[in-house]
Amino acid sequence: MNVSSVKGSMSISSSTSTWKAGDTISDQFPAGLRVLVVDDDPTCLMILEKMLIACLYKVTKCNRAETALSKLRENKNGYDIVLSDVHMPDMDGFKLLEHIGLEMDLPVIMMSADDGKQVVMKGVTHGACDYLIKPVRIEALKNIWQHVVRKRKNEWKEFEQSGSVEEGDRQPKQSDDADYSSSANEGNWKGSKKRKDEEEETDERDDTSTLKKPRVVWSVELHQQFVAAVNQLGIDTVPKKILELMNVPGLTRENVASHLQKYRLYLRRLSGVSQHQSNLSTIISAQDPTFGSLSSLSGLDLQTLAATGQLPAQSLARLQAAGLGRATAKSGIPITLVDQRNIFSFENPKLRFGEGQQQHMTNKQQVNLLHGIPTTMEPKQLVSLRHAAQSIGNMNMQVPPHGAQSSQNNPLLMQMGQQQQQQQQSRGQILVDSTINHAPRLSSSMGQPILSNGIATNVSSRNGIPENIRAPGYSQTPSMLNFPMNHASELPGNSFALGSTPGVSILTSKGAFQEDVNSEIKGSGGLMPSYDVFNDLDQHKPQSWELQNVGMAFDTSQHSNSLQGNLDLTQSALGQQGFSSGQMNGHNRSAAVASKAMFSTGDVKELGSAQNVNQHLNNLLVDNTIRVKSERVCDTSPANIFPDHFGQDDLMSALLKQQESVASSENEFDFDGYSMNNIPV
Amino acid sequence: MDRYGMQNQIACIRSLFDQGYLDEQFIQLEELQDDANPNFVQEIVTLFYTDSTRLIQNIELTLNSRPINFSKLDDYMHQFKGSSSSIGAKKVTSECAVFRQYCAAGNAEAYIKQEHAILRKKLEFYFQMMGQAAVAQTT
Repeated sequence: MNVSSVKGSMSISSSTSTWKAGDTISDQFPAGLRVLVVDDDPTCLMILEKMLIACLYKVTKCNRAETALSKLRENKNGYDIVLSDVHMPDMDGFKLLEHIGLEMDLPVIMMSADDGKQVVMKGVTHGACDYLIKPVRIEALKNIWQHVVRKRKNEWKEFEQSGSVEEGDRQPKQSDDADYSSSANEGNWKGSKKRKDEEEETDERDDTSTLKKPRVVWSVELHQQFVAAVNQLGIDTVPKKILELMNVPGLTRENVASHLQKYRLYLRRLSGVSQHQSNLSTIISAQDPTFGSLSSLSGLDLQTLAATGQLPAQSLARLQAAGLGRATAKSGIPITLVDQRNIFSFENPKLRFGEGQQQHMTNKQQVNLLHGIPTTMEPKQLVSLRHAAQSIGNMNMQVPPHGAQSSQNNPLLMQMGQQQQQQQQSRGQILVDSTINHAPRLSSSMGQPILSNGIATNVSSRNGIPENIRAPGYSQTPSMLNFPMNHASELPGNSFALGSTPGVSILTSKGAFQEDVNSEIKGSGGLMPSYDVFNDLDQHKPQSWELQNVGMAFDTSQHSNSLQGNLDLTQSALGQQGFSSGQMNGHNRSAAVASKAMFSTGDVKELGSAQNVNQHLNNLLVDNTIRVKSERVCDTSPANIFPDHFGQDDLMSALLKQQESVASSENEFDFDGYSMNNIPV
Repeated sequence: MDRYGMQNQIACIRSLFDQGYLDEQFIQLEELQDDANPNFVQEIVTLFYTDSTRLIQNIELTLNSRPINFSKLDDYMHQFKGSSSSIGAKKVTSECAVFRQYCAAGNAEAYIKQEHAILRKKLEFYFQMMGQAAVAQTT
């Protein structure tokens, strides 16, 4: 509540008061906390208002999300915390949450009568500070001030560390590793922050310790500028450069640094995978359709596959190594695994990893795709993959937004996404993002990588994968790209996320994909290589890959056009659970279903081309038609890709469609039946 | 008279609790009521009643349309569940949950309609009781 001190000013006031809430009301804190409560149910709204007043808070209530947003915008510093219902007729609570997080950076608490794990997880991944189950008791409301304090404290710390951000940029990567092992969720960025704390320059601290953190409100325009700058410089850039590029008077590097951090987190969340992972996946996906399945082999997939008994022992072992590396690190993985299991269960028959492995790209099943994906990615590929991943990572950042969100920052993100669209990587990311939407990031990231390049990359790159997997935590480290994907390497993190399941296929993947991938991958080399590579790959490989990638990159769906349904399916599946990747055809669907409509059909197309998915799909589809028509890239109509909310539904349908077309025969995809639409949130 | 009035009031409220119609949330609402808002509970109950009546109408409409839009129905029920749980209408809340399960399962219309009818009856009865309780509270 240091509103008074920072009202609208971006300059750092050298007030000596603490950063703590409200210098003016610190005595009475938390009394006087300014709460904005949004709920379409008048009964609930009234009760909440009464309760909040009883807690001595200052309450403003609205029954519509739009009203709430406009209130927040016109009085940027007029509120300390927002309470929002999840189910609202005019706008989804999570979307509102994201808007607020990006624009105003206020703590938001979600409420709902729905206490399902998925929904609560969604709240967490979208950045909600807390999630209350209705009926809300007054005791629960009495403590909401803690979120305000905590947020300020974190921002302050960011502020302090912003000076060391440049130097510290690398640290997060390392810390990501640490984080990875310690916590499996996006909290790992906090871990990295912690590291920054340890390593922060003392001078920075000196400078900022006495300064009161100015409250900068990131308006839409400002955010757009920011996004444009980040797009131009790449997501791994340093705040200083962004600041220079933005050239906004009064904006400090610290402001940019903290916003960048949030933004990265946001993108990560969107993709469901850390950027790294998405990078991987994109790289992977781009690389080789065959890989698509492989890439998805992320550790999770492997495990899942193993769980389903489909994975052959050896591949499983390999995959597991890769996947486990990741899995252990993140707690999220278990979830993914479970999810993957689910996916696998659908796709068990399809998976047949055991057999698939040997035959890469048989159409027969999506599983084959997975198998098809060469598991052994050559080191070079890996390297290239790394590069790709990095680039993808960047791209993912951009892409996902648009894939995932369909509306909100779409314009901003879309820009980014579009830029990247060309690169399959981004698609992969989208896929990753999209898939991840609800699933724990880890899973998605895990899955994605796998998918994308075909499992091969994942498998071999196990090392890489672990890195990727961590991606969620890292979000920024391009290292994710190190995906094991040997060949797929190009595939940015995304691929691996999706690919988790394909792991097996990676092992076996051979042939076509590999070649493609290899060539592709090598090509990539550069930052965005993965994307480029994928593009190439796409061409080589029919959409099958794209589909895979698509799945992952639903977010990125923008690109995916090509992949269409197949990808979507895979992606969705992947997205959700880290997809077992290969399943592209058959699996995709299930995965998709499992993933819950992560992908919107429309997007699917795009994603499909996106990279990871495609790759996997390609493997499978190779024989088929999967040819993702769209060429993944660039279709750019990113925006369209995901309708609304994550577009997953569309993606899914798109995937489904693609798959159908691709699989030529298969009509297994009767995803339509699944369409995510039915999935209640 | 006063004593009897109070006794009646207590008995009325207790019966609602005993029968499982009301739960602890209602007590919380009661605690929110104070001198500044002496009719808070009554206001809330009235508001709930109005709102839920509208909701029930919507639900009926949805049920009557063909084919039944289960997702919409689910939405309504979710809303209803949220409202009723907020005021402590325990039974209604649990019925809503059951109803939603059926919706999710996509059961036969007839069954759902039946369930809905039951729910509605219970609800009406419940409202009556609530009304009594609210009135008793304020007297």
